[in-house]
Amino acid sequence: MKRTPRFGVLLGIALAIALSFLVLPVVAIFLNTGPGQLIASLGEPTATDALRLSLETSMIAVAMIVLVGTPAAFLLATRTFPGKAVVETLLELPLVLPPAVAGIGLLAALGPEGILGGVLRDAHIALVVQTAGVVVALTFVAAPFHLRQAQSAFGAVETSLLDASRTLGVGEAGTFLKVAVPVALPGLMAGLALAWGRALGEFGATLIFAGSYQGITQTAPLAIYGQFSSNLPGALALAAVLVAVSAALLLSVKILSGSAVLGNAAR
Amino acid sequence: MLRAEVVLAVGGLDLCVSVEVTAGRCLALTGPSGAGKTTLLRLIAGVAKADRSRISCGEDVWSDTEHAIHRPPERRRCAYVSQDYALFPHLSAWRNVAYGLREVPHRERRQLALEMLERFGLAQRANVRPGTLSGGERQRVALARALVRKPSALLLDEPLSALDARTRAIASREIATVLGETDIPTMLVTHDFADAALLGDEVAVIDHGRVIQRGTASDLAAEPRSAFVANLTGAVVLNGVARPAADGLTSVALDGGGEVKATTPASGPVAVSIYPWEIVIEPPRAPAVGSAQNHLLAEVVSVTTVGNRVRVGLHASQPLVAEVTQTSARSLGLAVGSQVSASWKATATRLIER
Repeated sequence: MKRTPRFGVLLGIALAIALSFLVLPVVAIFLNTGPGQLIASLGEPTATDALRLSLETSMIAVAMIVLVGTPAAFLLATRTFPGKAVVETLLELPLVLPPAVAGIGLLAALGPEGILGGVLRDAHIALVVQTAGVVVALTFVAAPFHLRQAQSAFGAVETSLLDASRTLGVGEAGTFLKVAVPVALPGLMAGLALAWGRALGEFGATLIFAGSYQGITQTAPLAIYGQFSSNLPGALALAAVLVAVSAALLLSVKILSGSAVLGNAAR
Repeated sequence: MLRAEVVLAVGGLDLCVSVEVTAGRCLALTGPSGAGKTTLLRLIAGVAKADRSRISCGEDVWSDTEHAIHRPPERRRCAYVSQDYALFPHLSAWRNVAYGLREVPHRERRQLALEMLERFGLAQRANVRPGTLSGGERQRVALARALVRKPSALLLDEPLSALDARTRAIASREIATVLGETDIPTMLVTHDFADAALLGDEVAVIDHGRVIQRGTASDLAAEPRSAFVANLTGAVVLNGVARPAADGLTSVALDGGGEVKATTPASGPVAVSIYPWEIVIEPPRAPAVGSAQNHLLAEVVSVTTVGNRVRVGLHASQPLVAEVTQTSARSLGLAVGSQVSASWKATATRLIER
């Protein structure tokens, strides 16, 4: 059936509304921040510390998520076992938890008075009010994004490819590394980008679990909140930088996986 | 010798099969889809597990559930080419072929892979990814990849089904050549009896998870033991009830009306099988002067040209198909709706007890 032009116009209007609503606040941040202000605010230690900390902690968190989450997602995508649906739901739970609840949960589990607090103390591992605590909070909230995406990416890999690899003499681990990961790469990169984006924007869980101490636990979103009441121009400038950094990260991951997509699209 | 006895009940499939094939020979497994042919290959390759199985290749026991032996696929040296060829999309043709050469020193892999591609006439395509290869080329890369490891058995799952009609003819000749050259046991799955007859030294017909008949293709065509096999080999099958008649013949009263004679002794419910090319088509009221004993009045329901022949769909009391030359079809003025008489000799009529 031919699509009527009137419906096409409606679709266009819907997209225009969505786009302007979602882009407006981002544009406003940049309109309110002059280039001079931007550079000046970047010279402030509060801003530089927060940005450095955000980048460091989010990178470590994403590395851990990819390292552990990718094989876990492969297992979920390629095997069935009793209670699998329950496991999947539990893994997705952090997606719908309010960040504050996540923070409280982490405190109850890993805080000094938490159920694993004693074990951590004996092992001389401190998380609360420590940079490591920020990494824990980021990992907790961001991991499900990668897990979900990676699981569906692995699920889309033809079983016959994995079987072929096995019959060609390559074991399960080799097949995972040499066939499953390269074939699922675009999806895995998308998962990485989503998790990274979520980690960079993390606020509530970090604030409750790790606190907001400049240079130690004060990530960029926390610094923006800290400055917002006393120094709005500074907060805006930092926000602008955070938007730019996030956009650059997402874009570079997209470009990287885009080339992988093109490589595979030539099949 | 590749030998497999497997029992597996999964979903709607109840598989219980025992097959074996000697080195250098090819056993073609044929039957309708869902019969368990592909599952059988997957069990032999080791990418699926049976409830009970004993699978061995030469001295090697690949699987023996009684003794809790299950060798993973990577330790079976069993080449398995799946229906979609399963080429790795992220690797070029030669890297696909070299993928299984793990025991070969790294620097020799490329050379070996290129030599193998050369043998399959694909030297020019070595650096191309599977996405840009044609269907026939993909199939050859898959075969090259399977054979370059010098496997101890070869399993081919519907090797021709992913190809268009023109490529099929070429590809089936190539596979026949490959099979002629290898000295390992081969099992090949196809739903097409003609392919099975062409590529298999022997054909095993599988239906509902059981081997229902096994033999050379001409054995199966000449002496089908069931209506199903007769149908598969291309014969017309009519149902009726047999009783002994004069002169040592058997008379069959067809369900729905009509009577035919056969030389095979039988009584009770039978399936009557005749090959379409043994059926003579005549004008409806022509005097029966020839040696044919069987005549059925029928209406033409379809006329299809297949190459230089014409397949004529007929409806008597039961549907049947005749094959005649284009010349005959023209001179008879065959068209949908015309009335004809279908005749064949009692000696060309095979009876299968139901």
